[in-house]
Amino acid sequence: MDNDKLVIGGHEFDSRFILGSGKYSLSLIEAAIKYAGAQIITLAVRRANTKDEENILDFIPENVTLLPNTSGARNAKEAVRIARLARELGCGNFVKVEIMRDSKYLLPDNTETIKATEILANEGFVVMPYMYPDLNVARDLVNAGAATIMPLASPIGSNKGLATKEFIQILIDEIDLPIIVDAGIGKPSQACEAMEMGAAAIMANTALATAGDLPLMADAFKHAIEAGRKAYLSGLGRVLTRGASASDPLTGFLRN
Amino acid sequence: MENQFLIDSDKLSPAALEKKHRLENDRSYRTNHMEYMEGMEIINSDVCENVMTQVKSFDYGKYSAKDVKAALEHESCTIEDFKALLSPAAEPFLEQIAQKARLETGKHFGNTVYLFTPLYIANYCENYCVYCGFNCYNKINRMKLNYEQIEHEMKVIAESGMEEILILTGESRSMSSVEYIGEACKLARKYFRMVGLEIYPVNTDEYRYLHECGADYVTVFQETYDTDKYETLHLAGHKRVWPYRFDAQERALMGGMRGVAFSALLGLSDFRKDALATGLHAYFLQRKYPHAEISLSCPRLRPIINNDKISPLDVHETQLCQIICAYRIFMPFAGITVSSRESAQFRNGIVKIAATKVSAGVSTGIGDHETKYSGKQKNSLQGDEQFEIDDSRSLNKMYSDISGEGLQPVLNDYLYV
Repeated sequence: MDNDKLVIGGHEFDSRFILGSGKYSLSLIEAAIKYAGAQIITLAVRRANTKDEENILDFIPENVTLLPNTSGARNAKEAVRIARLARELGCGNFVKVEIMRDSKYLLPDNTETIKATEILANEGFVVMPYMYPDLNVARDLVNAGAATIMPLASPIGSNKGLATKEFIQILIDEIDLPIIVDAGIGKPSQACEAMEMGAAAIMANTALATAGDLPLMADAFKHAIEAGRKAYLSGLGRVLTRGASASDPLTGFLRN
Repeated sequence: MENQFLIDSDKLSPAALEKKHRLENDRSYRTNHMEYMEGMEIINSDVCENVMTQVKSFDYGKYSAKDVKAALEHESCTIEDFKALLSPAAEPFLEQIAQKARLETGKHFGNTVYLFTPLYIANYCENYCVYCGFNCYNKINRMKLNYEQIEHEMKVIAESGMEEILILTGESRSMSSVEYIGEACKLARKYFRMVGLEIYPVNTDEYRYLHECGADYVTVFQETYDTDKYETLHLAGHKRVWPYRFDAQERALMGGMRGVAFSALLGLSDFRKDALATGLHAYFLQRKYPHAEISLSCPRLRPIINNDKISPLDVHETQLCQIICAYRIFMPFAGITVSSRESAQFRNGIVKIAATKVSAGVSTGIGDHETKYSGKQKNSLQGDEQFEIDDSRSLNKMYSDISGEGLQPVLNDYLYV
């Protein structure tokens, strides 16, 4: 377990919990990071684009890796512009590509995401694309230079959990990059389940923001994610689908 | 004509008074409000028909407690559920409705509340809308800021910390041309992160021009979706043309604007029907333009200069709250703005349930921000207000009040790309 690192674009992390920052009080960010044990925190570049004395950037401790996202981008071109602005703002080289042209469900546009990933990877960004879990798209993203793949579990903010479970499992099985489950994780148990499946990390925001006690919920997620990871590493035991298993083996008749 | 609105100014000439009275009393003297005027673009759209078919058949008396309970239990809100939530049968369930609305708001917006302020740059108006302080027969101080004055106002507002501005004019194309408004947008881009417009409806190419000047959001109040009632309230001027106004948001999106806002002025007509129409107007347009950012406003009628009797009639705070919660449950992703027309107490309460944007440091007058912000008297002329506001809190006060409620005030969450 001690050497179990999450590696993204050559950077190593011990924590497998990526925090969102945009939906709760700025004053709670530090506590959230502490209780979550998080080493990566996302922030919307458009939100950091402020003259407000309370800039969200100033509330994020320096030892935490910033993961700026391109929310507000409606196509690849806009995402690329926002990513470049993030770099200018001093947010580092990581970028989470988010491209939506649907204001109701905020579902990502996979086609535009592939385009933006390729451009930004070529510019030296560590690109973490948010996507709808589709194997062919995931392969295209790998070829485009993505550092991870971030499939959605269910629509952003819905707290509905692993609605796309089967398809995320396919990505975990077939893609060599870390699969980070993003969006829709509403409860620690759902985060744990995704980790048991072999997800590399979990990203959550609304689940914390809407919790009664944010630091406590951050702590709960931390432990759930760690538990799921340990279960995955230990190799899950068998799960019986129905009834008990036959005590007499079906192949007992075979003779050598 | 029935109403609380009609006031004769003693400054009007006999000829003007005669015309005013004829407009008020003689239906045949007024133009056809459903007919486009010259220069008004006609777009091919089915949105209006989709909305009005639903609104016309909306019989809110037929909904029962059972329908309301079903609406509260459903995971996603259908049009029928929305109607039930707007019906009188929903009133006894207001607390439960508010609880559900709060959950939906949290999912999409977390604990954030956005802040903005309006800037009126001119109050000349060519319309006779009987309830509005800017109407052409109301004797008020008229004013149009020049570019230097606009920039001064913007500096004063920006110094207060505000980052989002909504530029407004009276509806006069001749006094406040599209080019004039465009220049104001360019100036605003220097001082603010986000620039919205609430001006007279224009054509697609003009919205495109204004977008290029830096504006990205367009708000148009339909006032009332009841066309017959609309006709009796908007007696003269281009605003009289109801369908051209209805299609304004669609033209704005066609012109490249990121977002559009919708509203009925509650209290003008049957508020339940107007609320349904507002919600459906936004709903059908978002279905057609899925990328569009959508927001809803919910203003009630307010007193104006020379007529302090104007009130929102049967739309009390309870009904307003019901409408806002119904909007939220029907469209969980939409922004909901509550303006300074409402009291501080109401706004403090509603941001915890469903509203996601409030104004602060508000003046609906022209060129008076310095006076209002610093108390410093100016020698130069100031233009009168469109209506009386209720909540006069400054940005600082609003910011600390919202923080005090455990919510996070946000001055900007936007990039012009």
